[in-house]
Amino acid sequence: MSQPYRMETQNLSVYYGKHPGVRGVSLPVHDRRVTALIGPSGCGKTTFLRALNRMHDLTPGVRVEGRVLLDGEDVYAPGVDPVVVRRRVGMVFQRPTPFPTMSIFENVVAGLRLVGVRDRRVLGQAAERALRMAALWDEVKDRLHAPAVDLSGGQQQRLSIARALAVEPEVLLMDEPTSALDPISTQAIEDLLTELKNSVTIVIVTHNMQQAARVSDYTAFFLDGEMVEFDATDRLFTNPADPRTEAYITGRFG
Amino acid sequence: MNRTLRRRYLRDRVMVGLVGLGTAAVLVPLFFILYYVLVQGIGALDLAFFTRPPAPPGETGGGMLPAIAGSLVVDTLALLMAAVFGVAAGVLLAEYPDHPLNPPLRLVVDVMAGLPAILMGLVAFALVVRPMGHFSGLSGSVALALLMIPIVTRATEGVLKLVPWELTEAGLALGLPRWRVIVNLVLPAARGGILTGLMLSLARGAGEAAPLLFTAFGNPYLTANPLEPMDTLPLKLYVYAISPYPDWHRQAWGAALLLAAAIMAASYLARRAFRR
Amino acid sequence: MPDWIYRRLGDRLFAALVVFLALGVVAAALLVALVLYQGSALAFRTFGFFGFLTSQAWDAVRGQFGAWPPLAGTLITASAALLLAFFPALAAAIYVVEYAPRWLKEPVAYLIDLLAALPSVVYGLWGLFVLVPPVRDGLERPLFTWAAVHAPALVPLLGPPTGIGLLSATLVLALMIVPYASSLARDALALVPQSQREAMFALGATRWEVVRRVVIPYARAGIFSGVVLALARALGETMAVTMLIGNAVNLPYTVFGPAATMASLIANEFTEADTDLHLSALIAVGFVLLLLSLLTNLVAGWMLRRLARGEGRR
Ligand SMILES: Nc1ncnc2c1ncn2[C@@H]1O[C@H](COP(=O)(O)OP(=O)(O)OP(=O)(O)O)[C@@H](O)[C@H]1O
Ligand SMILES: [Mg+2]
Repeated sequence: MSQPYRMETQNLSVYYGKHPGVRGVSLPVHDRRVTALIGPSGCGKTTFLRALNRMHDLTPGVRVEGRVLLDGEDVYAPGVDPVVVRRRVGMVFQRPTPFPTMSIFENVVAGLRLVGVRDRRVLGQAAERALRMAALWDEVKDRLHAPAVDLSGGQQQRLSIARALAVEPEVLLMDEPTSALDPISTQAIEDLLTELKNSVTIVIVTHNMQQAARVSDYTAFFLDGEMVEFDATDRLFTNPADPRTEAYITGRFG
Repeated sequence: MNRTLRRRYLRDRVMVGLVGLGTAAVLVPLFFILYYVLVQGIGALDLAFFTRPPAPPGETGGGMLPAIAGSLVVDTLALLMAAVFGVAAGVLLAEYPDHPLNPPLRLVVDVMAGLPAILMGLVAFALVVRPMGHFSGLSGSVALALLMIPIVTRATEGVLKLVPWELTEAGLALGLPRWRVIVNLVLPAARGGILTGLMLSLARGAGEAAPLLFTAFGNPYLTANPLEPMDTLPLKLYVYAISPYPDWHRQAWGAALLLAAAIMAASYLARRAFRR
Repeated sequence: MPDWIYRRLGDRLFAALVVFLALGVVAAALLVALVLYQGSALAFRTFGFFGFLTSQAWDAVRGQFGAWPPLAGTLITASAALLLAFFPALAAAIYVVEYAPRWLKEPVAYLIDLLAALPSVVYGLWGLFVLVPPVRDGLERPLFTWAAVHAPALVPLLGPPTGIGLLSATLVLALMIVPYASSLARDALALVPQSQREAMFALGATRWEVVRRVVIPYARAGIFSGVVLALARALGETMAVTMLIGNAVNLPYTVFGPAATMASLIANEFTEADTDLHLSALIAVGFVLLLLSLLTNLVAGWMLRRLARGEGRR
């Protein structure tokens, strides 16, 4: 009864008009593990990630081919509701995106408000839980009703993570979540990942190979829109099968 | 969960419907306006419309030659004035950003842009008509220019600020004095945007009747002398529309179509100039 | 030509010319205020500033002038037109920015901008010959007959169902400011970064929820300042109103009956004014109109600056 993988792509391709951003990628996402996507700039990591929760639906002119299975069911099958998919598969973007007209508290509970949760006690508890998970609680607990834009960049990114966590997604997609952060905030988020994977399945894009090696269980290496290699992280970094992977992780690449 | 989701979708659908309905409420009447102007106007645009002076009240026939000629004269003069003052003010704001005149100038331009056109007519009346002792096309041009200057100034300032500073530096490095750099390098580089501003201001000014009621005033006889009272298309349109004569109503629609076409042409030119 | 003439003197002369012309612009604006103020001096001296503002009398024959009827007419028509225009204008802006397929965005936006540029007299002409007959026969007459039978108390409120009056003028005014307001609202919505929308979609929101909870709040200052600018335009709109409102300067105004706005009053009576006091009273009405549009424009500018400041923090 237990699915082999939480998510899985089968022969996934994404086209911007005629130009393929991702070609024929088949990748398993293990349940409650961290999967890292690495590769040089422009190789299609973001494009691939956004295909997993149907974010491409929002951009005209983008076409997705192949299958994306979530618990064995294709999220692109007819009759599947992208709103439900995105609720189950959350996303954190590269740059923090606080909603500027909302307070810190309202930002965190924005997703819960959507489904009609009104009880202040429930909202309060959910906010505290999410903020604690995102390692932000101690810094903001005295000013929950201050505008979210008053936070620093690193705090705003952790707020974005808390906001994504508050709706309790099954899978969390993170696109270079620490690229705009200082080392301390980065550390906090890496710790968070280790913590989170007890309850959430995580796919993370990163440019930083030490980070991939530190936080992930599995790693996929992308090049020119294709997936070159996928393996357990320790194996991929110590004993890569493909010479191009080796060239990349040893820094002898573009 | 599922019941809330259904409710959310219901709301989504309803809002799509309301947004569509609101959009239709905007577009349908506006479409009707264009339709009537086109259909009613096209019949009135015969040769006489362009070549004949108006017929005496109540008689059929006649045309709008004096009004067309008057519009050309009054609008051209207004455009010239607006260009000279408006572009200069834009140059001051963009190229001499530290000049002490700039803060009041910017305030004044913002304020003038929002004033009702009819007030400009009152001012031109006091400044030109009163001293001259009679109505004149020139006073109408002054009123329109007051209306158009803020549009030209804003457009000029905006587009000049888009010209890269490197161009100025390159010119200065060649040993050109500042004024030659502005006149020969910066302004030509910004030509398209300035032209856009001029066209937009013309499109605005050419359709105004309110400030001309007691400046240009109107004149049934053909004249090219801006020191005399003059007719313009919007003025004539107004007078004919509120008259009791069916043939004048017919010609009013013709004037409306001609005006709309001219304004469309001006804004089309404005867009094209900006693209380049 | 010696070099210093070409350089020093050239730069000086050019700067002097630019400053001179720009001074002309500032002077023109000051003249607007000065001319209107001086022109209204006689009226204000005769009736007192507040006396003039609050007096209901407007009688050229007896030399009694008060600005309250046209002021009320202006406020009523402008705010009613704004109320009618607001939701359709916002809806059209939301449609263009958020819902329309890509190929339809440009044409719809272009059409709306075109209609915003159409002259006031053209709207007036259309209103007079196309809108007035159905408003009179389809709306005013039936309502009036119904009220006469069933609710006689309403009759004095409704006024004569002639088709020329407050209602028709307000309807055309609303039609005129819709494209303008919509165009401003569209600019404000288009400034909302795509990342804001995506962040809300990623939480599992429907499109309307994204619009309602993220896009509109983000753009609210821009939308509001657009509304105020549209109001400013409605306050000073002249020709179409003059052609449709019936120009009767007498309170109380009725829904269907003739009325006057400050702008329509000036347009209608200025060339006929044959006493100094009448002329001065008309200019004084212009002065009040100047104050009113200054006030609305200042509010709009203040909102826009708040918007700019808010963005600086992001
Ligand atoms: N909206 C778009 N329209 C057209 N092409 C796009 C678009 N977005 C991305 N691409 C193209 O798709 C390819 C993959 O881009 P993608 O953003 O997925 O790369 P990435 O691996 O995330 O790069 P980075 O590490 O710089 O973020 C690139 O060639 C890019 O030019
Ligand atoms: Mg990327």
